[in-house]
Amino acid sequence: MTGSIAAIGMGLAAIGAGIGVGAIGGRAMDAIARQPEALKDIQANMILTAALVEGAALIAIIMAFLVK
Amino acid sequence: MKELRSLIAIIPALLLVVGFPVMLVAQNHDTQAHSTHPVTEGTHHEADHADNEHHTCHFHADVHATEYDATGTAFHHIADANVYSIGSYNFPLPCILYTKGHGWDFFSSSNFNFDFFGHGEGRQAFNQYALDAGVVKRIEDPAFPSGAVALDGFMHIEETMDGETKEIAYACYNGAHYKLLPQSTADAGLFGGGITSFYDFSLTKNVVSMLLISLLLAWGFFSIAKAYKTRDNMAPKGLQSFIEPIFLFVQDEVAKPFLGPKWEKFLPLLLSLFFFILGLNLFGQIPIFGGSNVTGNLAVTAVLAIITFVVVTINGNKNYWSHILWMPGVPPIIKILILTPVEILGMFIKPFTLMLRLFANITAGHIVVLSIVGLIFMFGKLGESTTGAITGAVVAVPLTMFILAIELLVAFIQAYVFILLTASYIGAATEEAHH
Repeated sequence: MTGSIAAIGMGLAAIGAGIGVGAIGGRAMDAIARQPEALKDIQANMILTAALVEGAALIAIIMAFLVK
Repeated sequence: MKELRSLIAIIPALLLVVGFPVMLVAQNHDTQAHSTHPVTEGTHHEADHADNEHHTCHFHADVHATEYDATGTAFHHIADANVYSIGSYNFPLPCILYTKGHGWDFFSSSNFNFDFFGHGEGRQAFNQYALDAGVVKRIEDPAFPSGAVALDGFMHIEETMDGETKEIAYACYNGAHYKLLPQSTADAGLFGGGITSFYDFSLTKNVVSMLLISLLLAWGFFSIAKAYKTRDNMAPKGLQSFIEPIFLFVQDEVAKPFLGPKWEKFLPLLLSLFFFILGLNLFGQIPIFGGSNVTGNLAVTAVLAIITFVVVTINGNKNYWSHILWMPGVPPIIKILILTPVEILGMFIKPFTLMLRLFANITAGHIVVLSIVGLIFMFGKLGESTTGAITGAVVAVPLTMFILAIELLVAFIQAYVFILLTASYIGAATEEAHH
C-alpha cells in the first residue's frame, strides 16, 4: 500500500463536511415542507451555509495536497 | 420551427456519442503505431546501459506504455497547454518569454515540434527554451546552441536539496544533458514553484479561452443592450430572453437581499463575475472544443477571489472594521487573545475558500469525466483488446453524458455560489450599525 496519511485526513474532513451539508439540506427540506412560501429565502440561505461548511473540507483538501 | 429546435438539441448529443468513439479509434491507432517504431530507441538505450542516467533519457510519447496511466492522463488534460486542440487539430499558440539578461522572445509554439498525442513535450528546443511536461522551460547552460535544436529526450531525476525532494528536469542533446529551469510562479513556493530568472507570459490555451469568452460576452451583452434601446417596451427576443431571467435572478435574489440599499453600486460587479465564471464553466464542458479548464485553474480563481477581497476591503465601513479589530461588547482580554486574530484570519480565509471552491468543483468534475473516459482505455488495455474497449465505451459513454449533465448544473451552481458569497461579504462590509 502506498499513499500519504494526509489523504486519510482529507477523507475525515470530507465526512465532517458531508454530515454538515446533509444536516443543512435536511433541515432546509423540513423548513420548506412547513413553509413552502418561504422557499426562496430558505434556498438562498441553505446554499450560503452549505458553501461555508464546504469551505472547511476544501481547506482540508488543499492541506492534504500541501503536506505530503 | 419546433422540429428545428429539437434538432439543435440533438446535435450536441450526437457530437458526444460520435466524438468519443472517434477519439478512441484515433488513440488506439496511435498506440499501435507507437508499439512498432520505438525499436531503434530501445537499442540505443541498450548500448548506453553502463551510463545509468542516460538510460532514462527519452520522449514520453516514444515509450510503449504497458498500462494505462489514468492519473497522468487526467492531470495532463486539466492542465494548461501551449497548444489549442480542436478535435484532432492542433493550433500552435504564441510563446512570449522573458529571461533576465537574455531579453524577450516571441515565437510560435510550433517551433517546439510536438506531435499530436504527445503535445506536452517538444522534440525540438528553440532559442534555449524547451517544452517539457506541458510547460515551457529554459535551458540555463550558455553552452547550449541557440535557434532550433533537435533534442534526444528529457529525463526527470529526483534530487534532495535542503531536505526537500524536488524533481529536476533535464533536456538531452548530443550525449549531454542540460538542466531545465522552470518558469517563475507566484505561489511563493507553496506548490513547489517560486521566482526564477525566467518568466512565461505565453498566450496559453486558458488565456485564449478566456479571451474568446470575454469577446463573446462583450458581443452578446452589447447586442442585448442595443436590443433594449431599439425594442423598447416590447417582449424580449432571442438572446435577450435567455439573459433577462438570469439578470433578474441575480438582481432580485442575490443583489437586493444581500447588499441592502447599496445594491445598485455592486450589481455590475456581481453580473460580470457571474457571466464570466458561468461562460468559462460551460465552455470547459465542451469536450471537443479545446476542453479548456479555465475556472479549474488556481491562478484564475485566485484573481477572481482577489477582486472580491479588494472590493470588500475598500468598501468596508467603520462598522465592519470595528467588528474585526475591536468587537464591541466583548471583554478586552478575549478580544486580544481570540476574537481579533480569528477575525483577521477570517478576512483572508473568506476569499481563500472562494478561490478553492470554484477550483475544486470544476477540477473535480473534469477529473471525473476524464477518469470515466479512461475506463475505455483501461478495459481496452491501450488498444490491445477491442472487445474490452467496446465494453468500456458502452459503460463510459452513458456515464460520461450523465456526469456532463451534472456538470452543467454544477457550472450554474458554482457561478451562483461565487456571487452569492461575494454579495454576502460585501453586504457584511457595507452594513450600517443597527444596535
